[in-house]
Amino acid sequence: MAKTWDEINERIVSGAAVVLTAEEFAELAAGVGVSEAAARVDVVTTGTFGPMCSSGVMLNFGHSDPPIRMSRITLNDVEAYGGLAAVDTYLGVTQQSSTRGIEYGGAHVIEDLLAGKAVRLRAWSSGTDCYPRTEIDTWVRLQDLNQAYFFNPRNAYQNYAVAVNSSERVLHTYMGTLLPHLGNATYCSAGALSPLLNDPTYRTIGVGSRIFVAGAPGFVAWEGTQHNPNQQRDEHGVPLAPAGTLAVIADMKRASTRFFAAASMTGYGVSAFVGIGVPIPVLDEEIAATLALTDADISATVFDYGVQRRSRPALGQVTYAELRSGTIEVQGKKVPTGPISSRAKAREIAAELKRWIAEERFTLAEPLKPLPQPGEQGVKPLEIRSEEAI
Amino acid sequence: MPRKRLDLTFPPRQATKPVTYHLVKDFDLVPNILRAQIHPGQEGRMVLEVTGRKEDFEAGVAFLESEGIVVKPAATDICLDEEKCVLCGLCTAVCRPGALTLNGRGDELVFDKDKCVYCEACVVACPRRAITLSF
Repeated sequence: MAKTWDEINERIVSGAAVVLTAEEFAELAAGVGVSEAAARVDVVTTGTFGPMCSSGVMLNFGHSDPPIRMSRITLNDVEAYGGLAAVDTYLGVTQQSSTRGIEYGGAHVIEDLLAGKAVRLRAWSSGTDCYPRTEIDTWVRLQDLNQAYFFNPRNAYQNYAVAVNSSERVLHTYMGTLLPHLGNATYCSAGALSPLLNDPTYRTIGVGSRIFVAGAPGFVAWEGTQHNPNQQRDEHGVPLAPAGTLAVIADMKRASTRFFAAASMTGYGVSAFVGIGVPIPVLDEEIAATLALTDADISATVFDYGVQRRSRPALGQVTYAELRSGTIEVQGKKVPTGPISSRAKAREIAAELKRWIAEERFTLAEPLKPLPQPGEQGVKPLEIRSEEAI
Repeated sequence: MPRKRLDLTFPPRQATKPVTYHLVKDFDLVPNILRAQIHPGQEGRMVLEVTGRKEDFEAGVAFLESEGIVVKPAATDICLDEEKCVLCGLCTAVCRPGALTLNGRGDELVFDKDKCVYCEACVVACPRRAITLSF
């Protein structure tokens, strides 16, 4: 039996909606079957909490007296973008401190602001008739800012690589430390709890979807950068390697350090764990069938990070159940595994989003525009060429 | 017999000295090298687990110090700042002895002290800087 978005939202508003997390739904479906589970449940919540480099915040500081048109801006010695209007800036999570290197960066500034701490704002300018001030040195807190909102160009990757290293030396990567000779394997996805793995062909997730971002209610703003719907897919339509992504937006003032955590990856740099949760309406049995998939049904591709090229060799596929068992087999060798994405936090996010829907009547928004679908635009490489050759 | 863990720092000129041989031969101690980083001409570091009688142990340590080696008790535990930890599991990915593991559901980080060789890989790998060694 099919349901409409309006019917589901009416049930949410009246307090009658049945909401389960993706793990709970898979368990129910295993017991009573997919069609019965589809009939009983209205919304399934998903969650993920992994390092997402392509994240940051838009900030507006308000005007000083006399005012300044900030062209070089630092927050706790971390540079923020100075190419916007006078007191607007964008602070990216990966920007490193000029004084503390990778131990402190944009992500740490954001975490400090979320924790209510004061942050030192310094800015410089050449001075103009309307903005005469050339320097400012002051302290700001999140509550003092006019606007502060996340705008994350690429979050919630739909599946990710399993990283191994066939080379002779230890590699320090954004996938963690990779030991030589296939000494370990790391993976970064919430698997069966992951938002886009639960709606693999983007039927319900699109521009305008209401979602959970770092503890705040937010929206899908656009397709994420490097969104690649054309990745190879399994018989359920689930991609076997990194595919779709989301650009997201949310009010930073309503976010929480429970769901946003700065990260410093040794030998790589600063990043941030961002909590993303997406509610998926159980519109019909087709949606229910993918929501019912478990870690044993979803696979990722093992890539050799020992080859430092754009296209790393693929060394086979493994399921998330195998990855979570602690050992996988790669080229006949038993390789210990370790995650990068927090399963515990992903579960907490799915549970929190479930609570929002059930208790706070957080309704779902039908997409205003779909994300690019399989068969549409993919992802292009950057070729190195001369002006004459273009 | 008592067992102790020692953290030895070798000055550059001593980095090629066969000290473990002397600990065995002259002091009747059983050294187990948990980790070592020794390059000729550079400062070296070795974490040793030493089993032996108390007086032999003390004489062995005095010998090491007389050779110019800095002897300190090695880490015997790790400290986890649970406020900072997000249970990502990255530390488990680099823990070769398998001392750090996530439980089945990934909700708890479990530390098996007996398996730890205090290599500090987890300390370096933790993106939250939530792990420190304790002595």
